[in-house]
Amino acid sequence: MSAFWSAWVTVITLAVILGCTWLLLATRKSQPHQEVTEETLGHEFDGIAEYDNPLPKWWFQMFIGTVVFGLVYLVLYPGLGNFQGLLGWTSHNQWEEEIQHAEEVYKPVFAKYASLPAEELLKPENASGLKMGQRMFANNCSVCHGSAATGAHGFPNLTDNDWLYGGDPKTIKATITNGRVGGMPPWGAVLGEEGVRDVANYVLSLSGTASDAEAAERGKGQFQALCTACHGADAKGLPILGAPNLTDNTWLYGGSFENVAHTIRNGRAGVMPAHKDLLSDDKINLITAYVYSLSNK
Amino acid sequence: MSTATEHPTYNYKVVRQFAIMTVIWGIVGMTVGVLIAAQLVWPALNFDTAWLTYGRLRPLHTNAVIFAFGGCALFATSYYVVQRTSQRRLISDGLAAFTFWGWQVVILAAAITLPLGLTSSKEYAELEWPIDLLITVVWVAYAIVFLGTVKMRKTSHIYVGNWFYMAFIITVAVLHIVNSMAIPVTMWKSYSIYPGTVDAMVQWWYGHNAVGFFLTAGFLGMMYYFVPKQAERPIYSYRLSIVHFWALIATYMWAGGHHLHYTALPDWTQSVAMVMSLILLAPSWGGMINGMMTLSGAWHKLRTDPVLRFLVVSLSFYGMSTFEGPMMSIKTVNALSHYTDWTIGHVHAGALGWVAMISIGAVYHMIPRLFGKAQMYSVGLINTHFWLATVGTVLYICAMWVNGILQGLMWRAVNEDGTLTYSFVEALEASHPGYFVRWLGGMFFLTGMVLMAFNTWQTVRKGSTAPEAKASAQAA
Repeated sequence: MSAFWSAWVTVITLAVILGCTWLLLATRKSQPHQEVTEETLGHEFDGIAEYDNPLPKWWFQMFIGTVVFGLVYLVLYPGLGNFQGLLGWTSHNQWEEEIQHAEEVYKPVFAKYASLPAEELLKPENASGLKMGQRMFANNCSVCHGSAATGAHGFPNLTDNDWLYGGDPKTIKATITNGRVGGMPPWGAVLGEEGVRDVANYVLSLSGTASDAEAAERGKGQFQALCTACHGADAKGLPILGAPNLTDNTWLYGGSFENVAHTIRNGRAGVMPAHKDLLSDDKINLITAYVYSLSNK
Repeated sequence: MSTATEHPTYNYKVVRQFAIMTVIWGIVGMTVGVLIAAQLVWPALNFDTAWLTYGRLRPLHTNAVIFAFGGCALFATSYYVVQRTSQRRLISDGLAAFTFWGWQVVILAAAITLPLGLTSSKEYAELEWPIDLLITVVWVAYAIVFLGTVKMRKTSHIYVGNWFYMAFIITVAVLHIVNSMAIPVTMWKSYSIYPGTVDAMVQWWYGHNAVGFFLTAGFLGMMYYFVPKQAERPIYSYRLSIVHFWALIATYMWAGGHHLHYTALPDWTQSVAMVMSLILLAPSWGGMINGMMTLSGAWHKLRTDPVLRFLVVSLSFYGMSTFEGPMMSIKTVNALSHYTDWTIGHVHAGALGWVAMISIGAVYHMIPRLFGKAQMYSVGLINTHFWLATVGTVLYICAMWVNGILQGLMWRAVNEDGTLTYSFVEALEASHPGYFVRWLGGMFFLTGMVLMAFNTWQTVRKGSTAPEAKASAQAA
């Protein structure tokens, strides 16, 4: 802040504190009675008179006490404009100290498991490492994937051994570290509403779900023209793109006719955020092991 | 109303209107409060209906209890007190009537737009710009009527109660105008003109001073008339009133930053807010002392007068919550209490214990006098109301203390590996019993308000007329 604003803040802050203190002292000094009195000020308002009693002593002392505390605080801590305070405290360096403290205390706890691959971490002797992975999952991942990791609409179930990008430890770790962006483009404008419903019927028929056979037949041609590039000629999906297998009965956005039609018509955008700037590699290693353990008990 | 109850000198019509609406809006606002408290216990109670959801109804509750219930109580009492202590009729009956009808339109507009989801998203200032403009016009009219009446008073001095009412009216005008500055984009959507952190600071400068001037200074004005009047005792200390009045309004202005501890607000702003909040303790307590000590020599009246009991217990809750506030503004305490239910409990210690109880006491004092009756229809019902309100408030704030400290401790608990011991949902589950007790407390309080409405209705309809009331009013 500029020198002017710094001076402004300092002056008005002190003016308010010292002004109140002056009023307090001046009133106390000028009071004619030091003890409780029956004398009033002589005027009445709708029958209400006012006694000329002194300021209660304990109240006066409390007032002075808070003022002294306040002034000392403003000498020690930042408050008066650009003056940094004698202690040199800032919220930023408090935060840095806490982070540093956490690093010192917790780093060794994680380092113990840093070099172990997920398969090793599944072994009973490393149970406490896996437990830490579970806790970090609860803190960081459960908001979307659920505390039991069973997923929600748009957020994959991590316990069912059905993977969009692959379920080996290396791929899971890559997914957590760098995130994923899954895009299903909207086909409503290309297909038209009838086309959308035909393709939806065909897609449902792939997993044996009852559908309108005639419409599915019509949709088949369009599916092969438009959808196989990502979902594959056999519609079994393409993990490298995160394109889901359409022949099983696992649905990220719901498997009802309307849900599937909605997906085809409007597309979907799924985002798994990258965690490389949020969690250390040691921590991601343990979360990977925990996620891996869910479908590899 | 029959002309027989019309006061020869004072404009009681507008006071009667505001007093009755205080009771009605109290019931409306608290019913919404009880409903959303119930939704936190039984979430199905939003019936999957957008306008019945917590997010829409919570601002409706806060606006209704603060500005409709509290606002009408302040209008009613300030018009009553300023006339009686200045010995002068309001300077304009027309403008006074305009403030009544204007304020009711503001409340209705709030009751329609907030459930529709139309909001500026600023807490306690959610109303969109067309309503903000109407508030400004009504408030300026209010200032003209009140300040004009004080100026034309027939007494030599201005009574201390009127100092507080004036501070409240003038400051609320400034707060409302500065914080509501926005650029309209459509009829029902506007964006604040302030950027980022500045917007947050302006909002909490407003928000905390809404507490300080609307809910504290205004109601202290009320206290300074109704406590000595009901106790029939002089004010304890004129000198104390002077010091605590000026110190209160000077330091309150600075305290808002404590709502933004540990945020992007600069360190110096947070420190100054904390220091001023602590210094605020003594000026706040000055009002409590002056009210409490006014009862010396009249304590026995508490045994027989439930109206006085309302007024005195409200001062106890005022003293308690104005001690709690400075403590919560200390950064290390705030680190635990912030974002927890403790804050909600603190607000309601003030809102139910102080603001509502003193308003209820003041309205019970005024109703018989305004309608020319000897007393309220049933003193026993006032007493029942008093106990319902007190027990309700205690249940509410105790539940929120327990929940708040529980949440604060659960959120900060860590395992030996530094991970959080509890997920958010676990803290929520642990809060469930507290939410039930809070709802129960709210039910107690609301039930009391319904009794008050019945008692008021019976008093207005058929309470015995009091010839001596008319005579004494004429003498005033």
